[in-house]
Amino acid sequence: MSTETSTDFKSYLTPFNIVTGLIIIAGLIVTVIRFTGGLGAVTNLDDNYPWGIWISFDLLCGVALAAGGYTTAAACYVFGFKKYQSAVRPAVLTAFLGYALVVLALHYDVGRPWRLPYPIFVQQGTTSLLFEVGLCVFLYLTVLFLEFLPTLFEWKGWKKLRDVLVKMTLVLVIFGVVLSTLHQSSLGALYTIAPSKLHPLWYSAYLPVFFFVSSIAAGLSMVIFEGTLSHKYLHRMMDSEYNRNHNDVILGFAKGCSWVLFGYFALKMIGLTYDNNWHYLATGFGVWFLVELLGFVALPAFLFAVGARDNNFPLIKWTAILTVLGIVLNRFNVSLVAFNYHLPSEDRYFPHIMEIIISVFIVTVGIVAFRFISTRMPVFFEHPDYKGQH
Amino acid sequence: MKRRSFLGLMGAAGAGLAVPASARAGVKDFRGFLETPGVLFDGTRCIGCRKCELACNQVNNLPEPEVPFDNLEILDSRRRTDASTFTVVNKFETANGPVYRKNQCNHCLEPACASSCFVAAFRKNTDSAVDYDDSVCVGCRYCMIACPFEIPTYEYHKVLTPRVMKCTLCGPQMRAGELRLPGCVEICPVEAMIYGPRNELINLANRRFKQFPGRYVERIYGEHEMGGTSWMYISGTPFRQVGLREDLGTKSAPELTAGALAAVPVVVAVWPVLLGGIYAINKRKEKIAAQEQKQAVAAAVAKTKEEAEEKLATSLSKAEEAANRRVDNEVKKAVKEALAKKEEELKAADASKPDEEEGK
Repeated sequence: MSTETSTDFKSYLTPFNIVTGLIIIAGLIVTVIRFTGGLGAVTNLDDNYPWGIWISFDLLCGVALAAGGYTTAAACYVFGFKKYQSAVRPAVLTAFLGYALVVLALHYDVGRPWRLPYPIFVQQGTTSLLFEVGLCVFLYLTVLFLEFLPTLFEWKGWKKLRDVLVKMTLVLVIFGVVLSTLHQSSLGALYTIAPSKLHPLWYSAYLPVFFFVSSIAAGLSMVIFEGTLSHKYLHRMMDSEYNRNHNDVILGFAKGCSWVLFGYFALKMIGLTYDNNWHYLATGFGVWFLVELLGFVALPAFLFAVGARDNNFPLIKWTAILTVLGIVLNRFNVSLVAFNYHLPSEDRYFPHIMEIIISVFIVTVGIVAFRFISTRMPVFFEHPDYKGQH
Repeated sequence: MKRRSFLGLMGAAGAGLAVPASARAGVKDFRGFLETPGVLFDGTRCIGCRKCELACNQVNNLPEPEVPFDNLEILDSRRRTDASTFTVVNKFETANGPVYRKNQCNHCLEPACASSCFVAAFRKNTDSAVDYDDSVCVGCRYCMIACPFEIPTYEYHKVLTPRVMKCTLCGPQMRAGELRLPGCVEICPVEAMIYGPRNELINLANRRFKQFPGRYVERIYGEHEMGGTSWMYISGTPFRQVGLREDLGTKSAPELTAGALAAVPVVVAVWPVLLGGIYAINKRKEKIAAQEQKQAVAAAVAKTKEEAEEKLATSLSKAEEAANRRVDNEVKKAVKEALAKKEEELKAADASKPDEEEGK
């Protein structure tokens, strides 16, 4: 049985389709250049900067912002906040697409993408934190796929397969939280090997903890942010159950995110004190560090708290955007701005326009895929055949 | 026999005797790679002739450089290693005139590149060379992020077979018997480099400190940096001034990441138990809440029923009492009436009796 809506087929020449179409064409052109000319043809990467925005944005930010999947699923199934049920499917879909796109982006970045399975299947570098990242992302992508499948099966009407998977939900969710904890933190831990290259204000033995805790804030904020966007553009796909719970989800997540951000702020202060880095605050990097910490951690923590107290939905939504930007800023600071801080400015990296095109291209592919799936499959509504069965 | 080749032979012998590094990695109080060979670079001897660059280029069959090796003007610009240059000599201007320093892979005792590689493409060999195997390399370039000496470089312009490139300590050539010494050491006209067992090199450096007081900064760069390196430097000018960072610390790369890696089994072991426990508690809470609700409903129903029954019973009994009373009353009334009637009859009879008696 199909729940297709006819509204998408009125006309293909909507502004949305024109813009995404152009981006996708540009992306495909750069793709051809990348795979016929090598990395040097499309990037500004060099021997000092082996990692550019494809790692900073597509991998580090991509993974952090896809954290909504495990945070929402854990809140609903493990911690028993049943009212967040309606937010689980959109979050899981976003996470699945997010991780799939992270893997897609890696195909552009690594030198020999067809060897990406090597670390798992050919020779394991178990001392490497990148091995941990690779293994966890591989397994977690599988878990997210399994968590998403019931949606597809309901759409297709494959009831038996769907029921088997639904029974496995809790195991999948717990497995997903374990894997997420590991790879969210090990993305930060990647940089613990390079104390001499990362500015002391960002380098810390606590980097794995910072990355993990901030990923929770990223996940919760992204659910609020996406929920808002979806509400605006995909409202027709939502059932009354989803809409009834929407405000609860937003208030609950705002409250949770406020706590997490306060905790994260405290952890950052502990890190600063532990490494005795206070004297760096008076430098240029110190000012930038304070902008990140006060403007994008302390401020949203406070605003979320106020928003949740006053039921101020616009404030919460703007704060979610501020938090998401803060996570992006933090990942960029660790991997680009504070990285190689000792190099003279003429040796510093700035992304090539084609690198940016690929990043925008990948985000666009994600949005198109999300729209395609959520306008067809039971993501924002309960499938009539399975009412109340979650 | 020249001193450097004597030490070279000792180094080769040492390499043969050395236990594979991996076999010793687990030993707790391992004192460190004493017999394995290394190279000592003496900055007070280097004259910046670029002969080592030339030898390296030839030994490794690297492409012709843009600027020929006999052109020394290039020393005025700061260079780093790249995909076709495994070693560079840089000139540093100091108060006492120019100082030269050669740069190449330092072949760390516990290499950051090997520790960071997720396909284990790097191996620390028993002859001290850090080997790279391009047949498994994915090209993630994490080794380049990890290396504190900024040595590994990448073939960014190769489409299908890009490799990480770096100095090999001429390991492959020496193992094949093509070379007795690394190309750069062999060619150096001023013996600025000595190849030999690492502990011998350290002793040699200390002897030179004694022999030429005031000539050296009396410290061996690489003895402890990042856990120690096979390639070491002594210098007449502070190391910082010849492009060697002194803030690297003595922790090796594996030590830096050990904490994060050690957390993995903890998370794997603790998280499922903890989350499963939280789930179980919530489930039980829900179950108890449901039970309590059920019980409360049942109790309420029972209470209502009981009350209703009681009420019914009382009203029933009241009704019965009333009925009884009414019956009683009726009976009493009837009895009373009957009695009254009887009395009247009796009275009437009394009244007529005397007449009858009289009539008898």
